[in-house]
Amino acid sequence: MSAQPPDTVLRAEKLSKTYRMGEVSVHALRDVDLTLHRGELLVLLGASGSGKSTLLNILGGLDTASSGRLFYGDQELTGASDHALTNYRRLHIGFVFQFYNLVSSLTARENVALVTDIASNPMPPAEALALVGLSDRLHHFPSQLSGGEQQRVAIARAIAKRPDVLLCDEPTGALDAATGKRVLAVLDQVNQETGTTTAIITHNAAIGGMGDTIIRMSSGEITERISNRARGNVEQIEW
Amino acid sequence: MVAALHQKLRRELWQLKGQMLSIALVVATGIMTVITMRGGYESLVSAQQDYYQQTRFADVWVAVRRAPESLLPQLSRVPGIALADSRISRMATLDLPDIDAPAIARFVSLPVQGRPLLNDIVIQRGRYPDHAAIDEVLINEKFAVARQLRPGDNIRAIINGRARELNIVGTAISPEHVYAMPPGALMPDDQRYGILWMGKTALEAAWDMDGAFNEAFFKLTPDADVLEVVSTLNGLLDPFGNQGAYPRRDQPSHLILQGELDQNRVMGTAIPAIFLSIAVFLLHLVLGRLITTQRGEIAVLKAFGYRNSEIGTHYLMFALAAVAAGIAIGGLGGVALGQAYIGLYQQYFDIPELHYQISWPLILSAALISLLGAASGAMSAVLKAARLPPAEAMRPEAPATYRAGPLERTGLGDRLPASARMVLRNIERKPWQTLLSSTGVAFSVAILVIGFFMFDGIRYLMTLQFQEIQREDVAITFYEPQSDGIMHELWRLPGVTRAEPLRSAPARLVHSHLQRDISITGLAPDSQLRRLIASSGLDQPLPPEGLVVSRLLAERLGIAVGDVLDVRMLEGQRHRGRVVVGGIVDDFMGINAYMNLTALDTLSGQQQLISGALLSVSSDQRTILYRTLKQAPMVAGVASPDDSLQSFEQEMAQGIFVSVGFLVGFASVIAVGVIYNGARIALSERGRELASLRVMGFHRREVALLLLGEQALITLIAIPLGWLLGYTLAWAVVQGMQTDLFRLPYVVNYDTWWYSAAIVVIAAAGSAVAVRRRLDRFDLISVLKTRE
Repeated sequence: MSAQPPDTVLRAEKLSKTYRMGEVSVHALRDVDLTLHRGELLVLLGASGSGKSTLLNILGGLDTASSGRLFYGDQELTGASDHALTNYRRLHIGFVFQFYNLVSSLTARENVALVTDIASNPMPPAEALALVGLSDRLHHFPSQLSGGEQQRVAIARAIAKRPDVLLCDEPTGALDAATGKRVLAVLDQVNQETGTTTAIITHNAAIGGMGDTIIRMSSGEITERISNRARGNVEQIEW
Repeated sequence: MVAALHQKLRRELWQLKGQMLSIALVVATGIMTVITMRGGYESLVSAQQDYYQQTRFADVWVAVRRAPESLLPQLSRVPGIALADSRISRMATLDLPDIDAPAIARFVSLPVQGRPLLNDIVIQRGRYPDHAAIDEVLINEKFAVARQLRPGDNIRAIINGRARELNIVGTAISPEHVYAMPPGALMPDDQRYGILWMGKTALEAAWDMDGAFNEAFFKLTPDADVLEVVSTLNGLLDPFGNQGAYPRRDQPSHLILQGELDQNRVMGTAIPAIFLSIAVFLLHLVLGRLITTQRGEIAVLKAFGYRNSEIGTHYLMFALAAVAAGIAIGGLGGVALGQAYIGLYQQYFDIPELHYQISWPLILSAALISLLGAASGAMSAVLKAARLPPAEAMRPEAPATYRAGPLERTGLGDRLPASARMVLRNIERKPWQTLLSSTGVAFSVAILVIGFFMFDGIRYLMTLQFQEIQREDVAITFYEPQSDGIMHELWRLPGVTRAEPLRSAPARLVHSHLQRDISITGLAPDSQLRRLIASSGLDQPLPPEGLVVSRLLAERLGIAVGDVLDVRMLEGQRHRGRVVVGGIVDDFMGINAYMNLTALDTLSGQQQLISGALLSVSSDQRTILYRTLKQAPMVAGVASPDDSLQSFEQEMAQGIFVSVGFLVGFASVIAVGVIYNGARIALSERGRELASLRVMGFHRREVALLLLGEQALITLIAIPLGWLLGYTLAWAVVQGMQTDLFRLPYVVNYDTWWYSAAIVVIAAAGSAVAVRRRLDRFDLISVLKTRE
């Protein structure tokens, strides 16, 4: 095992992923190296099919790489069992998806509680919802919330367990510009206030401005890395 | 339909094979019960009718002590009588060297010329006896099989005190002895009871019955009033020791066969109706939900320009495929099972040409009902989906509307974990669907309750009859009533520790316009070997005077305790008297009237006559006692409740495995049909939700618990519901199976409750395991990233 700099949260070494679709092999990921630092906000840009979601899924323990290695801190996740990966997600990772995937039979607070019930050191659900500005929506069911509000509940649900890494796959994909900005502002704020390492996938290049690091992907490879010394204000994003 | 849609249908049927198969099996069960039970009933009825017609089965019987042949023409002139015939019929002892207990036979005369006008026999093996021969005899087929007797063999009988060596020339069956029970017995005993047919000349000589008969029977004209004929015959025959004329419906063999057929008609209609309704209900439920999950696809097809009718046909095909498979499985299984079912009857009843007949109208109507049920279930769901504008149907469905249910508003819900709330709210959101699913599972619990209850009831009845009521070790029946002085001799027989007299006296009970011919049983006032048990379970004391009667007899005669009956004895001097009803007992076998022996003597004007005795015997001496009794010329029969119980237990043990096997199979098919399909559909409806939980770090087990918790709750609700349903249906079975010979006690053992619940829980758990495996193979990413 290689030594890790103290502020490294996730480290990927030469990750590759090959799908077999019938007779054809699809290289979704080719030899990707990536390091996520503590408190960093990473924006992954790329067209659809560029491999960014595959990378995020592997980082989050939803999928496994065909080759290459993945480390969470000092712990190697390569070849981990389903049980180990479930525990990894349960304790360390928060997910936000394009479709909010809330449980429709539970209220906002209960959707958050669903996660805090099984986490080791969670924040109270109400606090997580306050962080995303939904203190007045605690007892609303998903059907009573707008799309932006639903996505903010999803973010609250993801951060309530105080994850080490927050992974967001097109979090604004299903939202209009104004609502999308509001959601991004929440992610930015959570990252700054809680210091949660955050990775956001998007095909909207303008969003890149809010990240500490911007990575562009194409055909399963990282084509560009930009360190952003001065993170832009979410309000100034041109949608 | 379009080729591509065909392709879609084929592929998806294959994908959904588990669900399709479980639906098909439910349909198959419904079809199978129809074809087996209703088809079996129809086969039995048609065989019975053919048999009765072929043998010219009589409409009215009468037994007398002795009447001259010259009376017969007079009887045949009674208005309503079309044909009259007579014969000699008497009991005699058989000398069977290999069994210790006495064996008896009913000897029945065959006419001097030709065949009997009425109540003919059907030769099975060998030939008809020579009219001139005095030692040629036909024996009934069941007795021949049980005793391994063949034409050409000899058999020894003690006829009227004289030993006779008889030559068996053949075997025969008769509609009068389809079910051959020795007199006074509750079950056939083919080892020790036979029917022997002999030429009339030989029997006339044996019993001094020259030019006389003791049985006559009649065919009536189509417009005859049976009760009027019976009454006229009674009047004409009373001077000749009339024991009471009776119509066909009281003829012992017909009574049992008809009772069996009636039960068959009730069960053969009720059970298939229950199964078919469950099948139709499940088809409706399952197909409806299945198609609802295809909402998006229906929208896409509509967007492409498919017409509602084309889409409707496409989804209807799912239903039809499942039902067609069910009809095929059920049809083949039903015919095979029907043959086995009829085979069972062939074992117990001697009916020629009894074969399972495939009834195509029956199969077609059962199939049609299933098809209609499936079509209605499928169509309502398709119509609902097709009504949506395509664009709307293609958008992800808005989050379903939920609210806190009544349970939570009580504040109780605050303490529940979020996962339990999900289960509860899902159920509270669709209470009807939950209730319907629970009802479906409840039916499988109910089917098990009814099935096991039948065994409970019969076992209870047998134990009550042979251990509580009949406490004797041996019951003896005499050919002719004996003076009670014989009791001293009985006390002296080897091993006898107690002997009680018993008298069975034929009598006509009359209450206003209602009347009934039965045998009054006279018991010793201090009888310990025969107890009467009241409905409370306590002993019903025998009053010094007055009758204690079966509840059914009281109902038939419209009498209550304290009422006074006109009693006319049908033997001896045929005394008449008025007797008060002193008690009513809820017994389950036969229709009985009990009386103090002394009071019966007074009533009949015949002092100290007994027709049998009850004995307590030390068990090590029983064989010696039997051998002694076998030599006693006046002893017609010896019966032991222990033996009856034992042979009954044996028969029951054989049948129980098969019946329980079918019950468990049928109930499981229904439970699996509801639970497995419910869970599979819930999985497709809520896949995203469950995948989200997995992504959040819920383990498979935790997610499975959420999905299956709902099914567990449905099963949990179903169990008490099924118990209630089963208990109610069991009561209907008790009512439906109530006959003069036999009533089923309404008794359900604890085991029945637990077994019925356990079997359904196991079936539900099996379904859960199957769905759990599917859940484990869930592709998290694809579920989350694709829209519904």
